[in-house]
Amino acid sequence: MLELRASIGEREAMRVAVTTFLLAMAVGIPAWGATEDESRWHDLRESLFGDRQIHEESGVVSLEAPYRAHDAALVPITFEAAFPQTNERFVKTITLIVDENPLPMAGQFHFTEASGWAAISTRIRVNAYTHVRAVAETNDGELHMAKRYVKASGGCSAPAGKDPEAALASLGRMKLRRSDPVLWGEPNSAQLLVSHPNHTGMQMDQVTRHYVLAYFVDSIEVHYGDQPVLAVESNFSLSENPAVRFHYVPDGPGELSVRVTDSDGEMFARAWSVPGSVAKAPVGEEVAPVNPVQ
Amino acid sequence: MLHGMARALMGSPGSRTVLRVQARTAWLWLAVVGAVLGPSPTVAAEAIQLKPVAQGIYVYTGPHTDASDSNLGAVGNVAIVVGEQSVALIDSGGSLEFGLQLRAALEEITDLPVSHVINTHVHPDHLLGNGAFAGPTVEFVGHRRLGAALAARAEFYLEAGTRNVGPKFAGTKAIGPTLEVADSIHINLGGRVLKVTAHATAHTDNDLTVYDRRTRTLFAGDLVFVERLPIVDGSLKGWLAVMDDLRAVPAVRVVPGHGPASVRWPSALHAQERYLQALLRDVRIEIAAGGTIENAIGWVASEERSKWVRFAEDHPRNVTASFTELEWE
Repeated sequence: MLELRASIGEREAMRVAVTTFLLAMAVGIPAWGATEDESRWHDLRESLFGDRQIHEESGVVSLEAPYRAHDAALVPITFEAAFPQTNERFVKTITLIVDENPLPMAGQFHFTEASGWAAISTRIRVNAYTHVRAVAETNDGELHMAKRYVKASGGCSAPAGKDPEAALASLGRMKLRRSDPVLWGEPNSAQLLVSHPNHTGMQMDQVTRHYVLAYFVDSIEVHYGDQPVLAVESNFSLSENPAVRFHYVPDGPGELSVRVTDSDGEMFARAWSVPGSVAKAPVGEEVAPVNPVQ
Repeated sequence: MLHGMARALMGSPGSRTVLRVQARTAWLWLAVVGAVLGPSPTVAAEAIQLKPVAQGIYVYTGPHTDASDSNLGAVGNVAIVVGEQSVALIDSGGSLEFGLQLRAALEEITDLPVSHVINTHVHPDHLLGNGAFAGPTVEFVGHRRLGAALAARAEFYLEAGTRNVGPKFAGTKAIGPTLEVADSIHINLGGRVLKVTAHATAHTDNDLTVYDRRTRTLFAGDLVFVERLPIVDGSLKGWLAVMDDLRAVPAVRVVPGHGPASVRWPSALHAQERYLQALLRDVRIEIAAGGTIENAIGWVASEERSKWVRFAEDHPRNVTASFTELEWE
């Protein structure tokens, strides 16, 4: 079985990035500039990947993102491998980077053979005109990158939530929408929604002059049976109510289980039976069919 | 580790409740400061047109544009209700400068003092003129959730105002409610009683309406848009539900938050209901088909395009907001 969690080094890199950002805020360093140049990437690249070679637009990973976003706090993006996961060739990890965000490392998505296909759709905050990058590490240790330029700004400092009371009441609620019918032994798509404010900590309370506490989902783990399917390490770069569309390969009837933790140490867990039955699903929520993956 | 760091830098986690209480106090304090400093006495009444729409009711109609230097951020409607002893203002425009000009225009109409400034919701074009009316005898009336919403958004709104309105935005402050409405209250202006009602989450999570029984006039704030595309910044389903409640109000006219000064009631609701129902119907279709927000933006409610001002600018965000609400159904 593959090791899904990030290495110590990767976790350390994430921790350093978070710490650097918070310190920058504390001492009032202004936001980074919004140019289409690659200067920020050169620094990021070195801190995240050292001197390892990164193959650009090599056809291994692709990235879709709107050139001009309608809502900077909710920018839909999709990144995916060009091939399915096999024992011989698979994607271990895709790192999502938003160059000009306060936390450029938006998340790391770890896959296994049981993922079937290393393909993710999610929604992110974009704080300034920026390149968005997906860097895939394949099982041979090579790095491949796809990038897109996105015009959006203010996604991290935009006012939080439309209805904070309702958000608090539904904190940690999850919903899974999966392709139906189930295709046994093949990649099936599923979308996980997690109700969580994912506060950036960049919205200032005008009265108290305090920043709203950063409060966000920091890990999502998905298993099918005892097989790890997906592990996500992330932060407030994901939009409010994080949404992640992924794939899994069910070899027979079983259970998709999800475990989510947040930055306050809260843990939320849920499981859904596959193919699922009305009797096992809680009333009024959770399992809704979506179109099969083509 | 991270949240420990965040807490250390941003205040202790146990302080949330305390902050809320301080917030209340601080709003009062801001209002007092406004009263002491007082608005500038040298403002001349400029081009603010107050149109009479019923006995003792005057309306400023905001243009269907973005906030700018030429409109002083006042792109929403503002109403004045004159009683026998005092005056109520319903919304205050988008900047201190607009508020001052509005006050000057109001003083051309009546010598009675403003006793209440009722803010129908948190959006900046409806309350950033509050500062011109602050004083020890003035109540700022808002939904019980207005204070929290304003605290969360004020910095963002003040920055946007500075950017969009420019130097004329100087001195504008975010002044929150001194009188909070949880359900409904009555305000007596002397011989004229206004009923102020707080609603469940709809256009925003802090919408108020005002009803003047004497003239059967409903002041709907942004729960009713006419001509300008409605903005969903609360809950699409909630808004449709609140519209059902509003339809029962026995008004003969409505002063909408955006649109003409006075529109017949309840037919003023028709276009908005048609648009919001189209959003609801089409976004549900997209979700049921396993579709995406981007795809939905391309086709949802597209037959409404020619029927609204600012459809191209504001419709995509409405689709996004509706999608992220309805995907939880």
